[in-house]
Amino acid sequence: MTSNKTFNILVPLISVFIGLLAGAIIMLIFGYNPIQGYAALWEGAFGDAYFFGETVRQVTPYILTGLAVGFAFRSGLFNIGAEGQVIVGWLSAVWIGITVDAPMYIHLPLAIFVAALAGAIWGFIPGILKARLGVHEVIVTIMLNYIALYSSNAIIRNVLSDSENSTERIAETASLSSEWLQSLTYFSRMHYGILIALFAAMIMWFIIERTTIGYELKSVGFNKHASKYAGMNVKRNIVLSMVIAGAFAGLAGSMEGLGTFGNMTVSGGFSNLGFDGIAVALLGANTAIGIVLAAILFGALKVGALNMPTEAGVPNELVDIIIALIIFSVASSYIIRWAILRFKKEEK
Amino acid sequence: MKNRKFILLFALILGLGMLMAACGGGEGAEDDSAAEDGANGEESSGDYSVGMVTDEGGVDDKSFNQSAWEGIQAWGEEHGLERGEGFDYAQSADESDYMPNMTRLVRNDYDLVFGIGFLLEDAITNIAEQNPDLDFSIVDTVVDAPNVASITFAEHEGSFLAGVAAAMKTETNKLGFVGGVDSDLINKFEVGFVAGALSVNPDIDVDIQYVGDFSSADDGKLIATRMYNDGADIIYHAAGAAGNGVFAQAKDLKQNDPDRDVWVIGVDRDQHEEGVIGDHNVTFTSMVKRVDISVQEVSNMGLNGEFPGGEVLEFGLEDEGVSLADTNEEAITEEIVDTTNDWKERIINGEIEVPQTRDELEGFIDSL
Repeated sequence: MTSNKTFNILVPLISVFIGLLAGAIIMLIFGYNPIQGYAALWEGAFGDAYFFGETVRQVTPYILTGLAVGFAFRSGLFNIGAEGQVIVGWLSAVWIGITVDAPMYIHLPLAIFVAALAGAIWGFIPGILKARLGVHEVIVTIMLNYIALYSSNAIIRNVLSDSENSTERIAETASLSSEWLQSLTYFSRMHYGILIALFAAMIMWFIIERTTIGYELKSVGFNKHASKYAGMNVKRNIVLSMVIAGAFAGLAGSMEGLGTFGNMTVSGGFSNLGFDGIAVALLGANTAIGIVLAAILFGALKVGALNMPTEAGVPNELVDIIIALIIFSVASSYIIRWAILRFKKEEK
Repeated sequence: MKNRKFILLFALILGLGMLMAACGGGEGAEDDSAAEDGANGEESSGDYSVGMVTDEGGVDDKSFNQSAWEGIQAWGEEHGLERGEGFDYAQSADESDYMPNMTRLVRNDYDLVFGIGFLLEDAITNIAEQNPDLDFSIVDTVVDAPNVASITFAEHEGSFLAGVAAAMKTETNKLGFVGGVDSDLINKFEVGFVAGALSVNPDIDVDIQYVGDFSSADDGKLIATRMYNDGADIIYHAAGAAGNGVFAQAKDLKQNDPDRDVWVIGVDRDQHEEGVIGDHNVTFTSMVKRVDISVQEVSNMGLNGEFPGGEVLEFGLEDEGVSLADTNEEAITEEIVDTTNDWKERIINGEIEVPQTRDELEGFIDSL
């Protein structure tokens, strides 16, 4: 019985290791020093207070989008729509941040709550379509991503500004950023959102492991028909799972809107926070603690990678390849699982 | 039991390996920085170093990021510097990268950091405030701070000349303008172009449409299809990569019917190469914006201790900051070149005040 748990820890560790190894080989082939390259990566992520702060800043939304994907996955749903849910969350948080005038203890929680609500609504649509009509959630969420992107662009341009490229800055009373954290980390954009993200991870753990709802959600994920036979309301659970997942992603959007940027700009493409969240959830084996750890890894990779071209001369494209290799080996964890089993059998 | 032991051992070895790798990495980095310090100590006295941060387009975008990097490279060559020692760039994949990239260049002791494109306005504003002793510069927009030099271009003047040339070339008296994002910057292109065309021939009709972004080449192509169908024979695009769709449509039309006169006016760089189709070339001319020259000039000012902090530098027709390309000699005849040169003189003399906004354009048309 323990082997399953050990597997869940071992497999991600090995895949990260293989990914780094493959990256090192690629760097060697192209004539770069892998030790120098990885040293630059490490320096760029944790080298000093500023980079540490930036890494934490990047980890914050990754935890939340990882939760959004992982939570839905526990009940057998593939939430590709975290990206769109992030965008609507971001937009609504900024909207509240600009338009509402209230003291901080009302304004900030309100903005965060509305962002989560917007994400939840964006998750509710594919949830209800799946539950009632059996429309596949992957298709609906992909389409909703585009709807979110282009409608928010239009709203920024026409409603929140006078055909400008970005909204105004949010009021101070809605901001998550802190001068104290910034002064500690040499003006990095680290903000209090990391506390919210960690708290959200605890909530996910609590719901999944300690409540009846969580038990039902997991059960639906394992076997829909058996759950129905056992008297569970499968449809309700599908909708609920997507709504909670959407709320997590909406929170991730509010982290960007209220913490990192303080506004929202018109963008031609996706932020990739939601898509990276899929990789985070995958590497974290869809568990709360695993997602937090995976988010730290991805945040460090994303921020540290910026340092590789300047410090070690490794070109950006190669950095992208190395990171993709790590994700690839995580995704192919099945092979690693198989290899370990095979290895063990032979030993017997 | 045996299995568990094996897994434990494996995890232990893995952990140990990672630990050692991490330690090894740390040492390597220290050695590096020590070596760099030594190198800098020897030759850096009085040295001035220049870095730039790209926007999302990246350094090989065939447009202004690339042009700016070429300018910095030329500057480095001029002063015998090498990339990484004296000048370098940092590429941004998305908007969250702007600040870390800026900060990294600052902390690597670059004296002057360029932000390329108006998307970096916030980042430059913040970093300039945090580092009041260093020099910064932004291209295409204005940041009001004592240590920031804002580089802008007189796009309206260059576009005016493009309008003049187009008005002389057109046979249908119908022109098209495809813009990227409907913003103050792109409006300068639009307004200048219309003003130039109407100055030559008040009966000309200019069809104006915006794509909505700078990347959707397919939308650009659709808009160009409609404009050419409605009888426009020259389209001026200021739409970045979306403008590639305009080229694609013009080339399609030319291939189907080589006798048909369809032309595109390119933007930012000389887009002569984009227009090649068989033996023909649909690029009539291009409104060239010399980001490279401007960046090089500002770097030199900084090097000589004359950094124009707090100033807005406008590069216009006079200093060749904007100009019309005459690469396609078959299309842009000597007569057209001579006429545009006349207008150019009149703009430089101040005889003509080229409008920059739609409101100013109305006044300009009334005065014709």
